[in-house]
Amino acid sequence: MKIKTILAAGAMTVAAVAAHNAQAGAVLDGIKAKGFVQCGVNTGLPGVAAANAEGKWEGQDVDFCRGLAAAILGDSNKVQYTPLTAAARFTALQSGEIDVLARNTTATLTRDAKLGLTFLGINYYDGQGFLVPTALGVSSATELDGATVCVEPGTTTELNLADYFRAKGMSFEPVVIENINETTAAFFAGRCDVYTTDASGLASIRNTMAPNPDDYMILPEIISKEPLGPLVAQGDDQLADIGRWVLNAMIEAEELGVTMANVDDMKANSTNPGVQRLLGVSPGMGEALGLDEAWAYNIIKQVGNYGESYDATIKKMLGLERGLNALWTDGGLMYAWPVR
Amino acid sequence: MSENAKMPPLPTGTFGERAVTWSRKNLFDGWFNTLLTLGAIAFIIWLIPPIFNWAVVNATLTPTIEGCAEVTGACWGFVNANLRLILFGTYPYDEQWRPVLAMIVLVGIICGSLAAVKFPGLRKWIIPMWVIGVPVIGILMWGGVFGLTYVQNSFWGGLPLTMILSAIGVIFAFPLGLLLALGRQSNMPAIKTVSVVYIEVIRGVPLITVLFMASVMFPLFLPAGVTIDKLLRAQIGIILFTAAYLAEVFRGGLQAVPRGQFEAADSLSLSYWQSMRLIILPQALRLVIPPTVNSFISMFKDTTLVVIIGLFDFLGTVKLALRSDPAWTKYYVEGYAFAAAIFFLICFSMAKYSAYLEKELRKGERR
Repeated sequence: MKIKTILAAGAMTVAAVAAHNAQAGAVLDGIKAKGFVQCGVNTGLPGVAAANAEGKWEGQDVDFCRGLAAAILGDSNKVQYTPLTAAARFTALQSGEIDVLARNTTATLTRDAKLGLTFLGINYYDGQGFLVPTALGVSSATELDGATVCVEPGTTTELNLADYFRAKGMSFEPVVIENINETTAAFFAGRCDVYTTDASGLASIRNTMAPNPDDYMILPEIISKEPLGPLVAQGDDQLADIGRWVLNAMIEAEELGVTMANVDDMKANSTNPGVQRLLGVSPGMGEALGLDEAWAYNIIKQVGNYGESYDATIKKMLGLERGLNALWTDGGLMYAWPVR
Repeated sequence: MSENAKMPPLPTGTFGERAVTWSRKNLFDGWFNTLLTLGAIAFIIWLIPPIFNWAVVNATLTPTIEGCAEVTGACWGFVNANLRLILFGTYPYDEQWRPVLAMIVLVGIICGSLAAVKFPGLRKWIIPMWVIGVPVIGILMWGGVFGLTYVQNSFWGGLPLTMILSAIGVIFAFPLGLLLALGRQSNMPAIKTVSVVYIEVIRGVPLITVLFMASVMFPLFLPAGVTIDKLLRAQIGIILFTAAYLAEVFRGGLQAVPRGQFEAADSLSLSYWQSMRLIILPQALRLVIPPTVNSFISMFKDTTLVVIIGLFDFLGTVKLALRSDPAWTKYYVEGYAFAAAIFFLICFSMAKYSAYLEKELRKGERR
């Protein structure tokens, strides 16, 4: 992908310049002045960010944007969405077209360091897997030697696939189709033995596109790590702090059992010091972030805690269980930094 | 037409006899044509009933996923359930009367302008119509005044976006293309060079590249904090691209006007602009109506490429609707068929109008 190299080079040059120009807090001040958060999202991925039948954006990434607006402006509806393609997403952030990017973006070293961006944390742990018809009779990805594999081109998926098969000393025949609808149609028509993409995508394809979901199974191997999270441009550390703590507050709320429904009750009656700190009953947290003390209360009241958001978006739309995204106490990876 | 001239007088006889004669002559004229006819009939019989069954007989309009699961044919319920999302994209739901009104105004101005060929009285109103109409459309879409809430144009989408991009594209690309064509014919080296370089550079790259540069590279060269609206960038990209193609179409027309016409204009001591306006361009433009409309049609369809820069034109909103709920995703054939039907309707109307226009403007030559 030549164009990607050029873009990356251009992006880096400008990132260096832009980082120099930006003043601390400039983006945050901009958000407060204009009265809304400009949030870059996916152009349409159910459960993550997609427009509903009324044209309103919904999804887990959208919930992060709403949480950020609730924390900074006190109103989760004060968000404007900019749908972005994968190629345009970083430029939009660097050029200041958007304030924050929540577009199922994999956190990697080069993106974090070289592109002049700051990852705020992880709101979804994903990884690449394989979907096969049960009739194929395989139970592990190690048995896939010589298989034909349906894959979308130009993605890390394609590269991971090649890496995995090479590392295992196996061969495969890729069936590369540009469009996701056609790729899945080709797979269900039997043109390839295996379909590979992120595990979340496999589950949703199996549940919604398969003629009979029971005829297909997801193999246990997950061959790549895809930690997805929101990010901001470097240069506004205060905004980065707020974004990071919006994520943490939502997870912390779930850990503490604070929900959209009981948040008022918890605020009034809870004697748990953790809850009191989170909800601003014992002040200091909001002040430290430069926000109102009700910042986390607003997030939970208007958007919900991490688990509630997950259930209303990813689980509702894709039917995916929490898995890696469960709280650490339930065997997952979600672990909030202490709000204190 | 020449076939008609050679035809003998129509044979008399009953309808059946005439039908047999006609089909012998037109369908079973020799073994090769007979074979072709039979082949075509077989193809139609093979093709049409399954499509008809799928699209009409076994189809449903019930706007629920459950309703669609029950039928074996097309799930038009997908289009039915998501119609407003498909038509207007993410434009705020309660405000969607505004794009409706804006589209009515736009279609009104377009029809008014096109009808001027038939009704010369309308001609003097064309420019006022656009000068008033375009701001009205802008006010309706953006709002922010007269008590209308402000709607950022990243929320625009669907048919209004496609139509606005195309209409504004035509309005600006046409004069720009004309200037470039004249510039390329010019005797002044600077103007000629600029025109030639512009045309060749823009024609040398695909539209998708122009849009990509406009949306991804261009913002990188602006100072930090300065952003130019994404829709505006896309619109300018489309105008610049179409203008380059139109310029070559117009150049073809200019070259087809006989040399003598230019000389006649000179001998009347008309100025350059007078001779162009009164003598050359009316002839040149009439000659190139088909390729001009061809360019417009292809521009109309090219607006779908804005989806790569995150704008949802009509085709983009169909995709958006397909992804609104994973359960709808498998009905993509219905979604694309609906989009194809609308695109066909509009493009076919443009083609028909161009044929009509050609006929009207040739009246002087028939006789």
